[in-house]
Amino acid sequence: MDFALSDEQQAIFDMAREFGAERIAPHAAEWERQGTIPRELLREAGRLGFGGVYVSEDVGGTGLGRLDATLIFEALAMACPSVASFISIHNMCARMIDAYASDEMRRKWLPGICALETVASYCLTEPGSGSDAAALRTRAERTPEGWKLNGTKAFISGGGYSDVYLVMSRTGEEGPRGISCILVPSDAPGLSFGAQERKMGWKAQPTAQVQMDDCLVPAENLLGEEGKGFKYAMAGLDGGRLNIAAAALGGAQACLDKALAYMGERKAFGRTLDQFQALQFRLADMETELQAARVFLRQAAWKLDQGAPDATRHCAMAKRFVTDVAFRVANEALQLHGGYGYLEDYGIEKIVRDLRVHQILEGTNEIMRVIVARALLAERG
Amino acid sequence: MLTDEQRLIRDTAREFARRRLAPGARARERAGLIEPEIRAELGELGFLGMTIDPEMGGAGADYVSYALALMELAWGDGAVSTMVSVHNAPYLAILDRYASPEQKRRWLEPAARGEWIGCFALTEAHAGSDAGALRTRAERRGNGYVINGAKQFISSARIGGATILFAVTDPAAGKKGISAFHVMNDAPGFVVAKVEEKMGQKASDTCALAFDDMEATPDHLIGAEGQGYAIALSSLETGRIGIAAQSVGMAQAAFDHALAYAREREAFGRPIFEHQAVQFRLADMETQIEAARQLVLNAARMKDAGLPCLREAAMAKLFASQMAERVCSDAIQTLGGYGYLADHPVEKIYRDVRVCQIYEGTSDIQKLIIARQMAG
Repeated sequence: MDFALSDEQQAIFDMAREFGAERIAPHAAEWERQGTIPRELLREAGRLGFGGVYVSEDVGGTGLGRLDATLIFEALAMACPSVASFISIHNMCARMIDAYASDEMRRKWLPGICALETVASYCLTEPGSGSDAAALRTRAERTPEGWKLNGTKAFISGGGYSDVYLVMSRTGEEGPRGISCILVPSDAPGLSFGAQERKMGWKAQPTAQVQMDDCLVPAENLLGEEGKGFKYAMAGLDGGRLNIAAAALGGAQACLDKALAYMGERKAFGRTLDQFQALQFRLADMETELQAARVFLRQAAWKLDQGAPDATRHCAMAKRFVTDVAFRVANEALQLHGGYGYLEDYGIEKIVRDLRVHQILEGTNEIMRVIVARALLAERG
Repeated sequence: MLTDEQRLIRDTAREFARRRLAPGARARERAGLIEPEIRAELGELGFLGMTIDPEMGGAGADYVSYALALMELAWGDGAVSTMVSVHNAPYLAILDRYASPEQKRRWLEPAARGEWIGCFALTEAHAGSDAGALRTRAERRGNGYVINGAKQFISSARIGGATILFAVTDPAAGKKGISAFHVMNDAPGFVVAKVEEKMGQKASDTCALAFDDMEATPDHLIGAEGQGYAIALSSLETGRIGIAAQSVGMAQAAFDHALAYAREREAFGRPIFEHQAVQFRLADMETQIEAARQLVLNAARMKDAGLPCLREAAMAKLFASQMAERVCSDAIQTLGGYGYLADHPVEKIYRDVRVCQIYEGTSDIQKLIIARQMAG
């Protein structure tokens, strides 16, 4: 059993961290205010191979594994969890196309997607169906001109910003087996977007409803097989959850680093804060929990890389555990900064606001518990 | 358990909060300002002089009523409750206890009628939890004082009319060299250096202040020279009951929204309220809120009875503010993605309530106070 990163993995982490520190961190507050991420930044990330981290190399992907990907998203999130997560969702889409689409479709879309010239969004959630995703109502009908889509997707990261949307649509019966995944380009007729959502955090990434009103796309835009869309969507989420957890971890680590530095400088009652035992113990707990989260996350990623039969459950457990720990650690770092932690200038309150949604999206942490409990009960028989 | 008068005050605050505060809370946050009309109405209803004698312009209510009113106002808008809380205590509470009859006539009476909002300027950039490390200096010059220095995290200073300001009059005397001054915010040399951008409570302005050769005459001194530190600490009990009450009110609001949503929203073919995990979480939330409410009311009752309640107020503040963050976070979780959006009140309430663990003494300071009481 070897817990060490390989030299290559360490190099990948360092590269992503450096890119984040130089190109993202100095602008994170500004992009949050503007509510958008410059496309040029994404192209730069694409040039480093971050657009198709675990996509095959024949279509421009980087050909890395899931564990490698968690390193990249952890490192990027140390600069900004919102930007890192946005790139991670794009990667989830890229992987779905690589794994399930026809070779023709792969060759058409993935080179641009891997270069982050073409940005992809994942569209599963609807206003009336979040956790209960299989109840979705967006319909896609086969017509002589192609697929005709009608319906609304909600909370779409990249809505109104991305170039392609992977839309889980009902093409058949009720329930999960009647769902297909259809690729909708941003210029498709009948596609429109709601207003940009105003939210607690993740403000740098545009989020909007995606509306389809007799939206027409070519028949060839069906991804993989009809009726398998829900399966693809769920498979995408295993890796997606690892990435969302990794991004939470990076954000929390950045907060812990800031708190550690602050406590060496700030004085109260004649001593620096790091000399108070109660505060030292809090630091010790933060570090312990973050390390536990990191090891657990990497094990889950390793299981997904291995194709282990219990990978889905481990991804769910890791997502739940890591995002809860990460939020707690970031929030504790805010508290250690006292009143300054509550001010925007210090950057901590932003990360706390950003990390709050990691406990909600890509399956709420309640849904993670549902997955784990079901797996346990099924195993017991 | 409540008297008719306490119930009347609570209901008045509740009605006002639901009609006037909650509907405009988002707009108020965006504007970064509490409207003058709201301030005026709060004054007319007596909420800006709650525990002050009616002969002094106040409402003459007890501390239980005060706590109940703050809970209700905070239900409507946490930022407004902060303004009301700081104005009542420390600001008015200090004038009520330490001002001379002449000073009361000049400042307590109009302020208790709501003619202006009061501020409390103790904290400095390098002296937050450790209030004894103040650097703002009031030097004697001729018959008066010249004040120089800076203050940090001062609530309501932009919209406020007057401030109780703490400054060092005798650097050699340590905590006994601090004095309290009452100054008007439009006095020459009183500078609002910065209005802070913060996570929540954005409608309640939080300012960095600078004092540049600001002159004060001896009649601006509250209490005796050197009594400032004791004065600052004296009012913190009531201040903490206030913050604890605000925490309860905001938690109650988040809980009410979460419960309504849980009854309405369906997943897997039934309202999510019927999922046991959701139900049990709501049960925990309500239990926690009730426990905090009783701690707050207990401290307020002790205060009404004239008993010392430093420990009880600290416990109420510590518990209620931590409880409130948890409950508000659970409310967000109950609403799922919608809880994270600005369209629903809970994400704002969460950001607003977060500071209750920080201002008027951080949670660590409350623990310090509680521990000191054990040491005897």
